Parts: sequence; structure tokens; C-alpha cells
Amino acid sequence: MSDKLVFRFDVQGDDFTSAGQASVQVKKNLRQLGFDTEVIKRVSIAMYEGEINMVIHAGGGTAEVSVTEKYIEIILEDKGPGIEDIEKAMQAGYSTAPDSIRSLGFGAGMGLPNMKKNSDSMEIESKLGEGTRIVMKVNI
Amino acid sequence: MKISRLQELLDAKVLCCEENLGKHVYSAFGCDLMSDVLAYVTDQAVLLTGLVNPQVIRTALMMDMVCIIFVRSKAPNEEMIELAKENGIVMMSTNKTLYNTCGILYSNGLIGTAEVPK
Ligand SMILES: Nc1ncnc2c1ncn2[C@@H]1O[C@H](COP(=O)(O)OP(=O)(O)OP(=O)(O)O)[C@@H](O)[C@H]1O
Ligand SMILES: [Mg+2]
Repeated sequence: MSDKLVFRFDVQGDDFTSAGQASVQVKKNLRQLGFDTEVIKRVSIAMYEGEINMVIHAGGGTAEVSVTEKYIEIILEDKGPGIEDIEKAMQAGYSTAPDSIRSLGFGAGMGLPNMKKNSDSMEIESKLGEGTRIVMKVNI
Repeated sequence: MKISRLQELLDAKVLCCEENLGKHVYSAFGCDLMSDVLAYVTDQAVLLTGLVNPQVIRTALMMDMVCIIFVRSKAPNEEMIELAKENGIVMMSTNKTLYNTCGILYSNGLIGTAEVPK
């Protein structure tokens, strides 16, 4: 297998101001690598939604983005509370975000469906009290 | 329509990236909910909003939007202006409400998006 390029980030959970920084950096890197704008946009949206989710629902986590020959893979992992009912969480409009998050412009229950829409595959593993791991792939 | 025309129509104050006022834009999206911007914006290049935080700029950046107009005289802080500058996003602030801002731009030919998908 040929070498793949990997970008890793710690996503802080205690400071909403910085939420989204990792995704901004990834977008910059992918632009520098000369990827198609549509591919970059899909990766950006999928990762940004996931990054914001880790900040508001899980107290932060880690993000890893790998560039392979065929696809870009985004792995988001956190040690947050986990998702009780993934099927329900995937429904547009379902959100447990408090009003304080809504006043920041998020918490409409649109993120997970949007991540699915903007990726070619998405897998969620989650255990209550242990955390959540989401793997998304966007074909190049 | 050139971004400079939006500024004239709204009598808005330009906050950064004046060098990009000559760029052409064709449609806009007005909203205080970034979740919806992420879900519903397709190729609208202008974001009209009354929400002020760094995520507004990051959201616009993710959606490849090139201009942010803050309504109701809302103004971003230095850090947000820096972020927009780094990415060439024109930001301006108008004292008009979101409703009136949308109305003025729409009636002058800056269209929106069709109905959002179900
Ligand atoms: N990393 C996570 N850890 C724990 N729970 C999560 C995580 N991500 C999502 N959830 C749960 O799934 C729900 C739906 O997530 P989704 O991203 O679709 O909506 P939201 O984050 O509430 O609002 P929006 O994304 O529109 O701002 C959340 O409200 C939350 O209960
Ligand atoms: Mg979300």
C-alpha cells in the first residue's frame, strides 16, 4: 500500500470559541493539495458538523483525517456520554442540545444527517458512558 | 451583482477584505442558525446574519461563501475579523434588520435558494 497522508487534531471541549478550528485547518490543507472544490466542501461540512458535535455533546475529542488514493477518511473519536439511540439521533430535527447551544447558532438536529449526506460512507459506534467513534469516507 | 453594490444598497460599513468588493455574487442566505446554513446552503455566496461568533465565519468558510453581512449593527471582534481576512471573506455591518436587509437585496436582484428539501 502506498503511504497515506494523515492529519491529527485534538479538539478542545471546554472552549466553544475554538470549535471548528480543526476543520478550517483541514480545508486549508486540502486546498493546498489541490483537491476538487466539491470534494473539499463535502469533507469540510462533514468534519465541521462532527467537530462541533464533539465540542457541544462530548466535551471534545480527537480528529484524524487521512488522504488515500481513492478517498479521504475522517475519524472522530470522543470519550463523551455516547449516543443512546443512533437511529433516532440520525433523524433530522432530533437534538438534545440545550437552549444555550441554540443561542450560539447550533442544536437544530441537522448535523448527523448532514454528515451522512456529505459522505460516501459513514459508520457510528457509540457506547453509553464510554464515547463515540464516527468514521466517514468521501470518495475523491 | 458586485459585492460593492450590496454595500451601497445597505449603506453598510465594510469591516475587511475591501480588495474583494469587486467579486460577483448571485444569491444569498439569511439565517441566525448555523445548523441550517450548513444543511441548506448550496451555492449561495452571501450570508446575512445577526449572530456574532467565530463559528459564523468558520461556517461561511466551510460553505465557500465569500461575503458575510451582519445585520442590526452587530459587529464581530478582532479575532473574527482576522479569521475572515485570512480567508478573503468580505465582512460588513448594516444597521438594518435581517428582514429589511433581505428585502432590499432581493428586490434588487440578489436571489435566494428555492424551497429547502424535505
Ligand atoms: N459525539 C457525540 N456524543 C454524544 N452525543 C452526540 C454526539 N453527536 C451527536 N450526538 C447526539 O445526537 C443528537 C443529534 O446530533 P446532530 O448533530 O444531528 O444535531 P445537534 O448537534 O443536536 O444539532 P445541529 O447539528 O443541528 O447543530 C445530538 O443532539 C446529541 O444528542
Ligand atoms: Mg450537530
